[in-house]
Amino acid sequence: MNALIVSPLLIPLATLVATLLVRRDPRAVVAISLAGALALTAAGLVLVGLAAQGQILASQAGGWAAPYGVTLVVDRLSAAMVAITGIVGSATIVFAMARDEDPARCRDFHPLVHGLLVGVCGAFITGDVFNLYVWFEVLLVGSFALLVLGGGRRRLSGTVVYVVLNLVATMMFLLAAGMLYGASGSLNMALLAQAFAAGEVPATAHAAVVLMLTAFSIKAALFPVFGWLPASYHVAWTPISALFAGLLTKVGVYALIRIVTLFWPDAGIAHDVLLWVACATMLIGVLGAAAQVEVRRILSFHIVSQVGYMILGLALATPLALAGAVFYLIHHIVVKANLFFIGGIAARLTGSERLAAMGGLYAHAPWLAILFAIPALSLAGIPPLSGFWAKFVLVKASLDASAWIAAAVALVTGIFTLLSMSKIWNEAFLKPHPAGGISARSAAGLRPALWAVSALAAMTVAIGLGAGPVMDYAVAAADQLAAPQAYIQAVVAAGGR
Amino acid sequence: MEILVSLTIGALVAIGIWMMLDRGLLRVVLGVVVLGNGVNLAVFSAGRLDGRAAAFVTEAGAPALAANPLPQALVLTAIVIGFALFVFALAVLKRSWELHGRVETDLVTAVAEEPASDLPPQGDKA
Repeated sequence: MNALIVSPLLIPLATLVATLLVRRDPRAVVAISLAGALALTAAGLVLVGLAAQGQILASQAGGWAAPYGVTLVVDRLSAAMVAITGIVGSATIVFAMARDEDPARCRDFHPLVHGLLVGVCGAFITGDVFNLYVWFEVLLVGSFALLVLGGGRRRLSGTVVYVVLNLVATMMFLLAAGMLYGASGSLNMALLAQAFAAGEVPATAHAAVVLMLTAFSIKAALFPVFGWLPASYHVAWTPISALFAGLLTKVGVYALIRIVTLFWPDAGIAHDVLLWVACATMLIGVLGAAAQVEVRRILSFHIVSQVGYMILGLALATPLALAGAVFYLIHHIVVKANLFFIGGIAARLTGSERLAAMGGLYAHAPWLAILFAIPALSLAGIPPLSGFWAKFVLVKASLDASAWIAAAVALVTGIFTLLSMSKIWNEAFLKPHPAGGISARSAAGLRPALWAVSALAAMTVAIGLGAGPVMDYAVAAADQLAAPQAYIQAVVAAGGR
Repeated sequence: MEILVSLTIGALVAIGIWMMLDRGLLRVVLGVVVLGNGVNLAVFSAGRLDGRAAAFVTEAGAPALAANPLPQALVLTAIVIGFALFVFALAVLKRSWELHGRVETDLVTAVAEEPASDLPPQGDKA
């Protein structure tokens, strides 16, 4: 059982080491890297299978009981996040197998991706506040190196912005962790949740949580601290920016959900503030996208806007709203990574990612147009695709909670998202190519990229058509989040040897 | 002791933030380091400052005035990570300086947001 809980950490870590050992043989690196990512997906799905039965897996590192050992916990939300991390990681590695002359397509790419995955999975399964800080640093180190991989003026400049702002956020988190320890004498999330519920913590602990949530808001790119994201994500190599777009802000969202549901389970001032922040994030993000003229920069602003929906679910704090947030997380990671992939293929075929210089894709590559339409319409929330159910549940939860403004903002944002997607459609797909034609040879060696994109598009359709089971799982995950006693019990019972 | 440490933390954070508001990116990065040290000291002070004995727990129990080892371990971790990230930031700055001849915040933002360059038609070499 313990081996299974640590597998999301051990698999990418072992893959990282293995890819370094065989680094002289590029084919072996890719083979091991892909095998590692698929194994992570398998481990994630096994965890989902166990978590779906309602049990919360907990383990204490080194066999030391709760306050001393570092706790790892897998509940329904964590298991789903690990599985989706494996899926997006695998898709990224398959996509990166396509022929590309970008200097980032080198042997350093694979170990760094797995380093990033270790940090992401660690953040999803840890049950200790300081340990969460360490996993954030692990994923940050990986993301710094990946963002700048390949070099060049634009990439270096984007990396500087990304590095400085993320360092500041991480430092706020470290300070908050220290303050929380000083105020409560514990860093274990379950024990802290117990102390918060019993009202045994001084006011400084609540102040520390506010600081911590601010740090996570920067990581999750919430209004008004999202500026770093659209300033940096578009500079990286396509598979890297797709991986970031899918996973990284969602680690911040996960941390927000985990901390708020554990420490402040009852709706309060924090939830009111989060509700306004969520509305502002949805609206400002989508309006920011309207002003952009490059594919990946438009999509970057949409990440901000979509994160607002998840925070809306967290802020409403009803079981249905939390279920909507969990469903939105699962659906969004797949869709967003896929749109970045497709944007990369479109830029490759037309020779530019500036909309003005793109065009003719519908005539030249109708298959790509269909593949774009699926995630784009899903992002905007058109039935029966996955995004419709995610938005439907969140809007219904807003109406149930009489949060009329939030419901209106969510619907208006959906319309603007559709407008933004049709802008990309008109400019890149329908309009004739300004330079007269697309070189047929640009498509050479693209097959692996199309496999990755098709697989993710199929997943979007499957989540949409088979929304029932996924929604059942999300509702059950939300029940666990809304009633943290089971989580606390599992950690306390996990004890030492 | 507490007052002295609090004042030091406050001064370090103030200096760090003031430096981070500078246009020159080298000062920004150094400001991050100063701020980081302020934060490290704050975390360290979270676990009592009056510890005088090593925290070896014997059968008789913990010694009186034992130092709290946990914040020390936390700060040690944070220092190591912070140093590695500082080195990375300096390497990125050095390379930017080689490319541009200067590193300023507005230049970096402008370069990162300049229009994407066109991709050469790929696969022609094959």
